[in-house]
Amino acid sequence: MTTNRRKFLQGTAALGAASLGGFPHIWSKNGMLARAQDGQIKVGVLFSLTGTTAIIEESLNKATIMAIEEINAAGGVNGMEIVPVVEDPASDPATFAEKARKLVLSDKCVSVFGSYTSASRKAVLPVFEKQNNLYWYPTLYEGRECSKNVIYTGAVPNQQQDDFVPWLVENFGKRWYLIGSNYIYPKEENNYCKKLLAELGGEVVAEEYVPLGHSEFSSVINKLKAEKPDVIFSTVVGDSVVALHRQYHAAGLDPETMPMASLTTSENEVAAMGGAAAAGHFTSAPYFMVWDSPENQKFVEAYRSRWGGDKVTHFVSEPSYFQIYLFKQAVEKLAASDIDPNTIREAVKGEQFQAPQGLVKVEPENLHAWLRPKIGRCKSDGQFEILKQSADWLEPDPYKAYANQSCTAEGLKEV
Amino acid sequence: MELVVSQLLTGLSIASILMLVALGLAIIYGVTGVINLAHGEFVMLGAYCAWFLQTQLGLGLIASLVPIFIILALFGWIIEALVIRHLYARPLDTILATWGIGVMAQQAVRLTAGGELRYVEMPAALASSVNIFGATESAYRLFILGLALSLFALTWYIYRHTSFGLKLRAITQNRDIASSFGINSARVYRSTFAYGAGIAGLAGALVSPLKSVSPEMGTTYVVDAFMVVVLGGAQSLFGTVASSGILGELTGFLAFHSNDTIAKALVLLAIVILIRFRPQGLFSARVRS
Repeated sequence: MTTNRRKFLQGTAALGAASLGGFPHIWSKNGMLARAQDGQIKVGVLFSLTGTTAIIEESLNKATIMAIEEINAAGGVNGMEIVPVVEDPASDPATFAEKARKLVLSDKCVSVFGSYTSASRKAVLPVFEKQNNLYWYPTLYEGRECSKNVIYTGAVPNQQQDDFVPWLVENFGKRWYLIGSNYIYPKEENNYCKKLLAELGGEVVAEEYVPLGHSEFSSVINKLKAEKPDVIFSTVVGDSVVALHRQYHAAGLDPETMPMASLTTSENEVAAMGGAAAAGHFTSAPYFMVWDSPENQKFVEAYRSRWGGDKVTHFVSEPSYFQIYLFKQAVEKLAASDIDPNTIREAVKGEQFQAPQGLVKVEPENLHAWLRPKIGRCKSDGQFEILKQSADWLEPDPYKAYANQSCTAEGLKEV
Repeated sequence: MELVVSQLLTGLSIASILMLVALGLAIIYGVTGVINLAHGEFVMLGAYCAWFLQTQLGLGLIASLVPIFIILALFGWIIEALVIRHLYARPLDTILATWGIGVMAQQAVRLTAGGELRYVEMPAALASSVNIFGATESAYRLFILGLALSLFALTWYIYRHTSFGLKLRAITQNRDIASSFGINSARVYRSTFAYGAGIAGLAGALVSPLKSVSPEMGTTYVVDAFMVVVLGGAQSLFGTVASSGILGELTGFLAFHSNDTIAKALVLLAIVILIRFRPQGLFSARVRS
C-alpha cells in the first residue's frame, strides 16, 4: 500500500483540479471524517451476498435492512432518514477491505454494519482504525480484540460459557472431550473452556481439531466410543457440524449420556442437518428463535412477512437487527450537525435497548454488549427448548481467558 | 479385541467411501486417459439427485439408487458427446474443459437448488447399529461397504468376462489397432464415460446421509479420488480397491492415534514419497508400449 501513496497523491491532485470545491476538505483531518448531511444518515451494509458464506450472511443483510426500513417507516432518526449503502464483499477478506474503504472514503458512511467471519473482520479493521470510522459486528466471536472502532454485539467466550460449562458439569459430569475446527475461534473458546473446567475440577480427556470442511468423523466417533466422555464440547463449524451430527446419530450414540454441547449450532445449522440428528444436543447462546418475549414475537413475524414464511432467525441475525436500533438511539442523542463516527461512539456507550433476546447494553469500556445467555436443547422439529437463562446480565470480557490483559476505553491494558 | 475390530471397521468404512468415489474416476482415466476434474461434481450431482428425489418425490434412498445411476450416466453420456470426444487427442485441454464443466455444474446447482446445506434421510431399516465381535458399527456404513464391494465385483466382471470388457481392454492397450480390428472405440469410450459418471453419482447418493450436501462438496471428493487412483495405479481396477483399502485403514489408524489433521497430512506425505519412487502407482497393468 505504501508504494501507492505517490500515485494516490497524483491522482487526487488531478481530480481536485478537475472538480474544484469538492476535494479540499480531504486534507484537513476533521474534514476527512464521514458526516451525516442533508437530512440523510448514510450507513454501510457489508455482508457477503455471493460466495461460500453468502447463505448465512444474506440473513444478516436481511435483518439489517429490515431494521433500517422499520426505523425509516417510523419517522427516521430525529426526522432524518437512514440510507443504507449495500455492498457485496463476496466472502473474500480482501474484497471486504476494499469495499469497506469505498464505504468509508467515497460514500462517507458514518458507520458500517457487517462481517460474519473473524477473517473478514480482521481484514476491515485497519480501514476503520485508520479512517477513525465505526464498524458494527454482530457475530459471536473468540474475543481477544480491543478496538475503539468496532462495536461488538455478539457474545464473547465468557458470555457463552460462564453458565453453560458449570451447568453441564453438574448435569452430565466432569470428563470432557473438546473438538473443534482447526482455526482461531475454536482454539480461543477451548482455552477459556479449559480454564473453567480446571476451576470446577473437570478433566479434558482429549482436545482435537479437524481440518475446516472435514466430513469424515468415523475416527472421532471411534475415539468417543473408547473414551466415553461425559460431555462433547463442540466448536466445529460449517458443513463439518452437519457431518459430525449425522455420523454421531448414525453410529447410534446417545445424547442422553454423551451430549454434544455447542457454541455454534443455531437454528440455521439444525435446518441443514435435520432435527433427528440434532435432537437432544445443547447450545448456549443469547438468542433462540423460540425465545418468548413480545419483542421477539414481533421480530420473527416481521422477518417472516418481509422475507418469507419459511425463514429462520438465529443468534447472529438477531444482533444484526438490534444493533441498528442501538445505532439509532445513539444518533438520536446528537445534534444533526454533529453526527460523525466519534460522536456516535461516545453516544452509544452505556446505551440500552430492549432487543428480541432481552435487554442489551453497550459496555463503555470495551464496546462489547452485555447479554443474558440461554441454554437450549434441540428438539426433533428443529427448534430449541430453552432450559435456563443466566440469572445475571453477563458482562462482556474479551480477555477473560488472559488474566494479565484487559480491554479498556484507552485500549488494551497489560496488568 | 473390541478396539481392534472397531478400528478395522472404521478403516474399511473410510475405504469403502474412498473406493466408491474413486472407482468412476479410475475407470474413466484408466480407459480413456481423460483426467476428469468434473468427477467431484458428478458425485455432488448424485447427492443432489438423492435429495431431490427424496424431498420432492418422496422416494427413499435405496429406491432412488437406480434412477440416480441412470440420470448421471445419461449426463456423462451427453458431456462425452458434446465436449470430451473432441478432446481425446488433447489431454491438457480436457483438464481445462472438465474443470469448466465442474464449475458450471456447481453454479447451476447453486442457482436452482440454492446454496444452503442439505441432507438426505437415511433408510429407516439401516438407521440402527450392528454388533460385530463386541464392536458396534452403523448398519448404514456396513451397507455402503457391501454395496461398494458389489459395485467393484460388477465392474470387475464387466471388465474381465464380457465382450464389452474385452473390447475395453483391447482399446486400453492400443486404440488404433483395436479400431482396425473393427471395434467401435468411440462408442466404447462413450459408454465407459457414462458408466463412470453413473458410479460417481451413486457414490454421491450413498454418502449424502452421512455428510452434508452442498454445491461445493465435490471439491474434496475429487482430491480423495485422485489420491486413490494415483496410489493404486491408473489402469488397474484391483489397484483402486487395494489403495482405497490401504488409505482407509491408514487414515483410520493415524486419526485414532493422533487426529484427523495430522492423519491427512501424513497420508498425503506418504503418497508423495511413494510416487517419487513408484510413479506408476502400486499396481500397474502390463501394457505394451
